[in-house]
Amino acid sequence: MGMTMTQKILAAHAGLDKVEAGQLIEAELDLVLGNDITSPVAIKEMEKMKVDGVFDKDKIALVPDHFVPNKDIKSAQHCKCVREFAYKNQITNYFEVGEMGIEHALLPEKGLTVAGDVIIGADSHTCTYGALGAFSTGVGSTDMAAGMATGKAWFKVPGAIKFNLVGKLPEWVSGKDLILHIIGMIGVDGALYKSMEFVGEGVKSLSMDDRFTVANMAIEAGGKNGIFPVDELAVAYMKEHSKKNYTIYEADEDAVYDEEYTIDLSQLRPTIAFPHLPENTKTIDEINEDIMIDQVVIGSCTNGRIDDLRCAAKVLKGKHVAKGMRCIIIPATQAIYMQAMEEGLLKIFIEAGAVVSTPSCGPCLGGYMGILAEGERCVSTTNRNFVGRMGHVDSEIYLASPAVAAASAVAGKISCPCRL
Amino acid sequence: MKNAKGIVFKYGDNVDTDVIIPARYLNSSDPAELATHCMEDIDKEFVNKVNKGDIIVATKNFGCGSSREHAPIAIKAAGVSCVIAETFARIFYRNAINIGLPIIECPEAAKEIEAGDEVEVDFDSGMIYDRTKGAEYKGQAFPEFMQKIIDAEGLINYINAK
Repeated sequence: MGMTMTQKILAAHAGLDKVEAGQLIEAELDLVLGNDITSPVAIKEMEKMKVDGVFDKDKIALVPDHFVPNKDIKSAQHCKCVREFAYKNQITNYFEVGEMGIEHALLPEKGLTVAGDVIIGADSHTCTYGALGAFSTGVGSTDMAAGMATGKAWFKVPGAIKFNLVGKLPEWVSGKDLILHIIGMIGVDGALYKSMEFVGEGVKSLSMDDRFTVANMAIEAGGKNGIFPVDELAVAYMKEHSKKNYTIYEADEDAVYDEEYTIDLSQLRPTIAFPHLPENTKTIDEINEDIMIDQVVIGSCTNGRIDDLRCAAKVLKGKHVAKGMRCIIIPATQAIYMQAMEEGLLKIFIEAGAVVSTPSCGPCLGGYMGILAEGERCVSTTNRNFVGRMGHVDSEIYLASPAVAAASAVAGKISCPCRL
Repeated sequence: MKNAKGIVFKYGDNVDTDVIIPARYLNSSDPAELATHCMEDIDKEFVNKVNKGDIIVATKNFGCGSSREHAPIAIKAAGVSCVIAETFARIFYRNAINIGLPIIECPEAAKEIEAGDEVEVDFDSGMIYDRTKGAEYKGQAFPEFMQKIIDAEGLINYINAK
């Protein structure tokens, strides 16, 4: 009985020839990360431990991104705590305002996450790096503390679901629509405790940014990780961004999967998740009523990358957002911000009546920079539409792709570019 | 591990970490302060009604969403002695064990136990007793190392004690 791609990476990091689903292992970590919300709790826990410091100052990444630039005094205290810890422990990869970005866009861009790595992060969307063929998964602050101190973490080896992708995505349909389609199909606990392994000839038609979006939302199906095979595109990305050595693992031909699905990308349609769960999906064709909206957010660790901004700009160019619409666009990192500026995308956004913010997770989790009032509706390219996630408990979030979000901003209601 | 015993607060499927502790309060990491907002977006009365030892029962995928450890911390600091669910989201499961909040999976108990029931949980055997209804259920017993982590009030104390 063979191993899945995820199992092979875990076996190698546990010093074992073979692992199987359900087995408890201890694995060596290549990277441990935290943000301004989770790191202070981890730092407090680590201070209780009888250790002299971190296991490896080069293998920890601290990215204040959720409530920065500091939204209030308490957030400022948290960021100060992270900053002081980073300086004291000479953490190489601490990213201050001005160099930081949303962690899961930033770390691949900085070359810190490569194929074959085992990565834990005290942020649920740490699963993003599976796009590059790494095993990466979200944990809590205590696991982060133990990881920073020892360089190790225990895992229960996951089983897997195989998604065999065929065909090519049509125009205006993206990785976001693919992952929303999958979550709609298997549910928010459809991959609970499991790996989601994406394979098949359809993979090569997905851009790296599409793959990051898909892997990013594995957690929204309950998955432990999402992972893609390492092809020429992934290798090119790593060569451009990283000096780290990478290792390519492939699933055995006789690997065992709990379930298998085949998805024809050419049949996918713009897909929207209705309140209040990411599994409540409808395609644009299934929406027969006008759903008027008050706000659009384009950004986040899910959809704040350059492909996403280019797509939004393509829709918004020469148009203007609907009267009364608040359209908030957040490039995920400084480099993406700069590139968007050089390509003229920011000008298109501002001329269309959108605002452009410095990188921040802000509105996605109801932190700041776009909180919703009672009864308000938002189309957002973020990843969760839980009750109260972006503000008032009686507000509503519709999750969608950048194309749908931008078109909805123009139309003032849920729409797609083909309808403008 | 000591038995848990208390009155039940009952919730449904997919109770997410945003309703357990909304992100607008995550500018604090103080357990006592977090406890004052526990379950606020799904049950405004929870913090006023909960007494030390009480038990949360929910159906599937409890604790889905964010990795915020603040969620089990808030529940524990609110006085809850155990969470029983059909299934737990995996990060929440890890976090609860790591901070020493007992949780137990038992689909039958999760379905049948109702709000206001008095329930007792024996962690050594995994048995769940609904004292109000006179029913009993076999939940998943904790492996020994997880019991030790919870007894030590969390992973860090457990590692230190080793």
